[in-house]
Amino acid sequence: MTVDFIFEFLSGLLDGFISSNSLLIISMLVPCLAIFGFITVYALVVIYAELKVSSFIQDKVGPMGQGVGLHAGKWGLLQPIADALKLLLKEDIIPSSADKPLFILAPFMIFIGAFISFIAIPFGESIIVTDLNIGIFYILGVGSIAVLSLILAGWASNNKWSLYGGMRSAAQIVSYEIPAGLSLIVVIMLAGTLNMQDIIKYQAGGIFNWIIFDNPFVPIAFVVYFISAIAETNRTPFDLPESESELVAGFATEYSGMRYAFFFLSEYANMFVVSAVAAAGFLGGWHSPIQGFMDSPAWGVFWMINKTGFLIFVMIWLRWTLPRLRVDQLMNVCWKVFLPLALINIFGVAIWTVVFNS
Amino acid sequence: MYRDFGTVFFAVIMGIVMVSIPLIISWLIAPSNKTKDKLDTYECGEEAEGSAWLQFNIRFYIIALIFLIFDVEVVFLFPWAVVFKEMGLIALIEMGIFLLILCAGLAYVWVKSDLEWVRRRIKYGGGRYKPLSASSED
Repeated sequence: MTVDFIFEFLSGLLDGFISSNSLLIISMLVPCLAIFGFITVYALVVIYAELKVSSFIQDKVGPMGQGVGLHAGKWGLLQPIADALKLLLKEDIIPSSADKPLFILAPFMIFIGAFISFIAIPFGESIIVTDLNIGIFYILGVGSIAVLSLILAGWASNNKWSLYGGMRSAAQIVSYEIPAGLSLIVVIMLAGTLNMQDIIKYQAGGIFNWIIFDNPFVPIAFVVYFISAIAETNRTPFDLPESESELVAGFATEYSGMRYAFFFLSEYANMFVVSAVAAAGFLGGWHSPIQGFMDSPAWGVFWMINKTGFLIFVMIWLRWTLPRLRVDQLMNVCWKVFLPLALINIFGVAIWTVVFNS
Repeated sequence: MYRDFGTVFFAVIMGIVMVSIPLIISWLIAPSNKTKDKLDTYECGEEAEGSAWLQFNIRFYIIALIFLIFDVEVVFLFPWAVVFKEMGLIALIEMGIFLLILCAGLAYVWVKSDLEWVRRRIKYGGGRYKPLSASSED
């Protein structure tokens, strides 16, 4: 989509100067750069939002400018930038007993896993880097790279806390992938396609055409998907892999400076990815809730970002409201509640569709 | 098609570059004053006892096995879900049989208490380790 658009634009502009192959490569790289810029800006915004939302939930003010000095800008707006600079200036330590190549590889892998999910996310009717025909499947598949990198980080650190964190995260993410996948099956059954744009186009025409209101079973699928997604991104109440009161920092214990920052960044990037999938799959993507009202392509970006942003806000809200689960509770919820529920949902939606739509 | 997945390929390369650049900047401007204590493994301030690369709880492997079965099931469901609306009742019956067999598997695993994180009856050979739930249940 966007790649073709940029390719045609550039070949009109630079006709004859460069070969079409290198032009194609450039037009593939430009959207990747834009996505990286988007992730950076989004991370700064959401870190600030997390600080402020948590502060308001806990009845305090959070980062603020402090009188004459204005330590963190007005209302603490510069706090996330200060955090980023601090991480950049930290000494980079690789423990002498760690497995060095794997230790270095882990932050690369987790960031790439989050980064390449972004290129299949539809931000608007024509704003998607690659409109893959297996979009939703691709995002689910690429999302699993996080497991590999977390267990790699846990193992390579040669630290007991890290190993516990890595193993827990592997068990947790792997388990919750199944209810999440089964819930998305419901969306694919109703839309009849794996293409993200076609799934959204299926939901055209107002709030009651969104997949979540399609039949009484889909809201359950949405809730199961959303909770599983929170578990997959290792957020509280499912942050057992890095539960700071028992495991110091879990898989990230031995990481410092920029290497740690990439784990941090990827967590927030993954939050965006799972929320965007929920918004696109269940909440109508870039469609306006009222047909014909603010429904142009430009407003599409507004709706998509807002729906995703709302779901991210719910994640932050849950984080500061609920206490952490225990490991056995976590596994029980996944295997004994969500998995049967998701299976029943599939049967329910299938029977409903066969009975009422034919 | 190759243009789509070519973009994925370039995104991977860009991802590597995007991680490398901040790491190089950090390597250039961050202080580097390594001492032996700093490079030690963190263990709450004590000196680290032995390696962390040791045997681990068997529960994780069982979870991995169960995951494998159900993940393959999810993968099988994707193509089915795409054509479900066109095929209608036939697809429902066929996939219903497939899912019921897997539900039987889930029920089996459940009854065998392989889904419990803390198993009710574990034979520890009567040593000093007692089952965790022995005091609360049975």
